[in-house]
Amino acid sequence: MADLTAARPAVDEIREHYTAHIQRKRLYGGILLAVFVALMAAGFRTADNRNAGSFADGFTRVFDYPSEVLAEAAEKAVQLPGHLVHFFPALVETLNIAAASTLVGAVFGTLLSLLATRGMAPWPTLIPLFRRISDICRAIPEIVIALVLIFVLGGGPVPAMIAIAIHTAGALGKLFSEVNENASLKPVEGLSSVGATWAQRMTLGVIPQVGPNYVSYALLRFEINIRASAILGFVGAGGIGYELKNAMSWGQGRYDEAAAIFLLLFITIVAVDQLSGLLRDRLTHGAKA
Amino acid sequence: MTTFDTNLSKAELKLSMSRLFLRKRLMNFALPAAVLAYLAYVFFAFDVQGLWQKASLENARTLVSDSYSYKTHVTRDNRSGDVSVAVEGERKGAYPDGMSPDWVDLGETTVIDLEDGHVVTFGPHTIEYMIPGYGLVRATPNRSAGVQAELPPGEVPDWISVSKNRLAVKTAAGRLTVTRNRAEVFRYFAGWELFFFTLDSPYYGIGAAELMQRAATGEAGAIFQEFWTNKMWRHQDVAWAIAETLLMAFLGTIGAGLIALPLAFVATRNFMPVRTLRFAMRRFFDFVRGVDSLIWTVVLARAFGPGPLTGALAILVTDTGTFGKIFSEALENVDQKQIEGVASTGAKPVQRYRFGVIPQVTPVLLSQLLYFLESNTRSATIIGAITGGGIGLLLTQAIITQKDWEEVAYYITLIILMVMLMDWFSGWLRRKLISGSDQPPMRKQAEGKPFLLP
Repeated sequence: MADLTAARPAVDEIREHYTAHIQRKRLYGGILLAVFVALMAAGFRTADNRNAGSFADGFTRVFDYPSEVLAEAAEKAVQLPGHLVHFFPALVETLNIAAASTLVGAVFGTLLSLLATRGMAPWPTLIPLFRRISDICRAIPEIVIALVLIFVLGGGPVPAMIAIAIHTAGALGKLFSEVNENASLKPVEGLSSVGATWAQRMTLGVIPQVGPNYVSYALLRFEINIRASAILGFVGAGGIGYELKNAMSWGQGRYDEAAAIFLLLFITIVAVDQLSGLLRDRLTHGAKA
Repeated sequence: MTTFDTNLSKAELKLSMSRLFLRKRLMNFALPAAVLAYLAYVFFAFDVQGLWQKASLENARTLVSDSYSYKTHVTRDNRSGDVSVAVEGERKGAYPDGMSPDWVDLGETTVIDLEDGHVVTFGPHTIEYMIPGYGLVRATPNRSAGVQAELPPGEVPDWISVSKNRLAVKTAAGRLTVTRNRAEVFRYFAGWELFFFTLDSPYYGIGAAELMQRAATGEAGAIFQEFWTNKMWRHQDVAWAIAETLLMAFLGTIGAGLIALPLAFVATRNFMPVRTLRFAMRRFFDFVRGVDSLIWTVVLARAFGPGPLTGALAILVTDTGTFGKIFSEALENVDQKQIEGVASTGAKPVQRYRFGVIPQVTPVLLSQLLYFLESNTRSATIIGAITGGGIGLLLTQAIITQKDWEEVAYYITLIILMVMLMDWFSGWLRRKLISGSDQPPMRKQAEGKPFLLP
């Protein structure tokens, strides 16, 4: 009984503390929310002011262009299969850019990640250097390298491929080295005890462990790279983006071609998305029995 | 398959094993062979050989040398005899009348010292270039007779080109071009010219120490103003462009998150009992994601015109689909027990969502938002180049001129720094918000599908 009376002020104190704590938390949360909302509003107004057309005007016209395109495409629906066939090679070029850059990027990304993972790197002192290299490769937007290379090499798929490959190498290098950190080093030790070289240790000891995860990430990257190579085509690097730009700059009268390109791009992206989703599921969770 | 049947004889077991090994060995060769074959196909499909012939080494050389050096033009108008000095030959970089760098001695005869004994003299009638180890090259431009060049005896070296109307000399120290109408000397310097102050600024050519001193005595505002309005490098415009790019990424990412969160509830099995609605919302997310950001950018640019708002909206629309998918997957993985616990205290549905669901998914949501904020900084650069806004626009403009490579190098450096800074910032914020401390993030990911990384 004596305990209860003694505990009473303590309970009050605790409650006071608790309410004060909650109030403070609410206040902070409120302030943070207010700042955030103000930032969003101010940002929106700035963006709106600096834009050529305002949001209020443009909002009503968002569907004008798609409906124009669709109307014209519907009018000339007979020609659509022809257009699809006509633009198919461009689509293949876009896919090739994405696939080749993913392959090249994955190879360099693997090297970078192995050189930047503790326990696997042949020169442990150089680990920070290779990390920075992959950081920088990852930070460069594809368009920067593509535009510069287009100046040197002329337009075409190769500048886009190199640009995407560099970015891919950096991005995959980081993801791969995260995978590597979870790999067991015991096979590597075993191999080194029998006198294996670094290359042998990596190909026989590490790659079999991390292979499925690597492939899964590379597939994800392939998906992203298809989108990227379509965009780079738009600035002059060939492929379906280039055709889209041409079709668009013709304006009305060629909208059926634009519609065909939109359709091709959409189908490809959805198909690759679904396929790679299935494959990745299998790779990370194993085949369904 | 891998059940070890004890009834198998040793020979059979061995046979099956060697078959397995053979298959594995073949796979080991087949996979790299397939990759190599594909790359060989791409090599021909992309016409890499043809490209090699098309590639312009000259362009590459100007690009590289121009990105870290600049040239100062000394030009003589051969009709009037006036001599002008300008950095990169641009009006913005011209020296005021009567002013010149200390290696140019203006006067009746202008003497230009290119160092190492190379001296160019613009006389009243003739132009002379003293080349050590070779001799004196003299040219007399004339309205009617073109350019009469006198070279030292012997064969003309390949770094001098002479024709009836033109003389061009290219040496390591600089370059001299004489045509009928004008004579021009280029001298090359390392570095980015006039980066801080242009020539017409009162602060041009003042050392850092003295500038600090002057800033301390009340001129800081004026000094900053001069720097900020530098006509050559346009620091103000560049800062605005970077701010626009970051704004696009911020508005697009956060806006997409705000829109996608309520929609994601509709697409989940555990919160949406109506199947058709759920299915429709999922297909909507797939559709928005499938219509690539390129197409959204093109469509939105038609409606809103060029600018940062268009870029922000393009990012917003594309990422709404992606976030919707990620968020609904996260929401399907929430623990039902917490919601039941909250419900047992008599919480209304809104409170159940607020206290039972949101705290569970916040870490996943926030970390995805922050990942995308970083990657969208990069996307905003690219989208800016297409729609015309932000640093992407400045970069494409600088590349299109094909001569301002030092500006291109500057913008590229800024872009890389900006993206790396955002990368660091989003990582820092992620650690702060999610684990509440500076511990490195947990590498564990939510159950279910692997992350949809940007």
